[in-house]
Amino acid sequence: MVRPMVDAPTTGSDEGTADAFLQGDRSLRHAPGPYFGSYGGRWMPESLIAALDELEDTFEKAKADPDFVAQIKDLNKNYSGRPSLLTEAKRFAEHAGGVRVFLKREDLNHTGSHKINNVLGQALLAKRMGKTRVIAETGAGQHGVASATAAALLGLECVVYMGAEDCRRQALNVARMELLGATVIPVTSGSQTLKDAINEALRDWVANVDHTHYLLGTAAGAHPFPAMVRYFHEVIGEEARAQILEQAGRLPDAVCACIGGGSNAIGIFHGFLDDPSVRIYGFEAGGDGVDTGRHAATITLGKPGVLHGARSYLMQDDDGQTIESHSISAGLDYPGVGPEHAYLADIGRVSYEPITDAEAMDAFRVLCRTEGIIPAIESAHALAGAIKVGQRLAAEAAAEGKAADSKIVIVNLSGRGDKDVATAAEWFDLLDKDSVEAEIGKEGEQL
Amino acid sequence: MTGVQDITSTSKSAAAIDKARAEGRAALIGYLPAGYPSVEQTIAAGIALAENGADLIEIGIPYSDPVMDGQVIQAATTEALAKGFHVREVFDVVRGITSKTDAAVLVMTYWNPVVRMGVDEFSRRLAEAGGAGLITPDLIPDEASEWMAASDKYGLDRVFLVAPSSSPERMKRTVDASRGFVYAVSIMGVTGARSSVSDAAEGVVAAAHAAGAERVCVGLGVSNAGQVREIAAYADGVIVGTALVAAIRDGGVDAVAALTKDLSTGLTREEA
Repeated sequence: MVRPMVDAPTTGSDEGTADAFLQGDRSLRHAPGPYFGSYGGRWMPESLIAALDELEDTFEKAKADPDFVAQIKDLNKNYSGRPSLLTEAKRFAEHAGGVRVFLKREDLNHTGSHKINNVLGQALLAKRMGKTRVIAETGAGQHGVASATAAALLGLECVVYMGAEDCRRQALNVARMELLGATVIPVTSGSQTLKDAINEALRDWVANVDHTHYLLGTAAGAHPFPAMVRYFHEVIGEEARAQILEQAGRLPDAVCACIGGGSNAIGIFHGFLDDPSVRIYGFEAGGDGVDTGRHAATITLGKPGVLHGARSYLMQDDDGQTIESHSISAGLDYPGVGPEHAYLADIGRVSYEPITDAEAMDAFRVLCRTEGIIPAIESAHALAGAIKVGQRLAAEAAAEGKAADSKIVIVNLSGRGDKDVATAAEWFDLLDKDSVEAEIGKEGEQL
Repeated sequence: MTGVQDITSTSKSAAAIDKARAEGRAALIGYLPAGYPSVEQTIAAGIALAENGADLIEIGIPYSDPVMDGQVIQAATTEALAKGFHVREVFDVVRGITSKTDAAVLVMTYWNPVVRMGVDEFSRRLAEAGGAGLITPDLIPDEASEWMAASDKYGLDRVFLVAPSSSPERMKRTVDASRGFVYAVSIMGVTGARSSVSDAAEGVVAAAHAAGAERVCVGLGVSNAGQVREIAAYADGVIVGTALVAAIRDGGVDAVAALTKDLSTGLTREEA
């Protein structure tokens, strides 16, 4: 079973599928899972299989139910504020070789990132399954805040698992979740990081699966999570594709996004997977540099393995023990990656490259100073990547005897950087050494 | 039951359970994490288990992300890893016990360490060490094609789990894929001592038997002789983990021996 992916039967309206990637014989859009090439699947305890079956069944029926689709559309428009803008970043573009750069403004969504797309969808599914409680994992707190938001809106009990160390560093996000009515449980097991928060959420789910839905925050995990989370984020790519056609009159030359688990990336990539002329780039967290061992560049340096329910690339040692990842960006600080990305990497459709902390923070500053937009540090990895891609495209344009601005790059600006002010202020040495903020910033706090 | 009958004669786990059955009792299966508090201590405790009434021994491989384990086992395996335990040492533990006792020794492992070593290579080394097979808490038959092939090749038992939530179809599929015995999870939850055994356990065992399983053993939450007695009335074997880990933690090998002796008093079926 090399490539079990088939076109979903409902894609008749997608003009892109006519031009399918790979000799035109197959669409990469709407891959249904459970497998993406040899990745994905269900590497899960038997106790949870019934719940995954129930979720898959509910999800498949919901997708085909016009009421559900209308509900999602309504929430996206009237609650999240979709469609998000596509903003041309002309002054930033000067740093990217002079190509045209467009930002897909997921930072403008309610709660400040793409995360809201997925949590609203999954919370609605939880209600359809008659579940009264949702649980979630969170690293920096963004997915926890989004989950707490969706739970408050839809009247669900919400419990968020968060590494004990992260709780201390992210005290304000803990407060945010509690303001929204969620209970935050500090996780003290293992390395006390995001992966351990996922472990603890899975343990909770096994014990409470009758009335609890696990609202996983990224396009990873056991089937149907990768395909389902992508479905809720596909709106990013669909909007971006229509917007660029309207604003620029043609498809972009490249699309860039940052990759942790990979949910914002798979959302925007999806709109362009079947457009062979569009090069697609995923930027992983290179931390201190991939040769230092302190990074989260899972596809760049990881090896295939199974973690948290899926076969995918994984940061692991020779014994198969998960290695702790490192990144200045908590949202990218995860030693795994969604299985669809592993597949897209293997077949060469998407190029995955590492961006170091320093490169990301340089791009962070550039966007602040050139566009008046403070990006999430996660998104700054995509911006740093776009600078490199833009410079390459500009060189290509020159070789073709064309102007640099004949090339177009779209960057998914997955979130806003308000949460990252303390980290950034510490990085750029903007704080009085004795201030409380400096103390917090040292610990990686994201306000 | 495709193939189950044929291979039973070579299944070490099945032989150990059948021997207990011939004695009119359920089998006792004791769990210990490898390398806790040391590889030597695990071997000594495994031998003590066998000498004091355990018919099968389950050696756990410490893993960084043990999603099916409660706090006691997590603490033990985290400590073993912190002390530098390596996966290959599990074969030393298995060899150390099988060379000194007649107990069937299975390895309980999350799947990624096996993937990393290579399923075939892991299986070969386990068989070479005298191991009986694998218990796989996060591997379901749906994903197990490589393991099915390797376990056939090396004559190893493959113990999959069934749960209170397993549908009749999944129960049948899992029973058919298993060899040696089927591990019935007594409760929807993770490992750890509980004050009473869930009512669900008997139903899971009955469903597994009805699906064709000849040997069904119950684990999760079993910690004392009274609970062993309760389960021995309807199951073919009783699995004790957390209580033994707490014993080795608090009282070393002697405590493991004493607890095993006590647990084994519950195995005889009063009405059988």
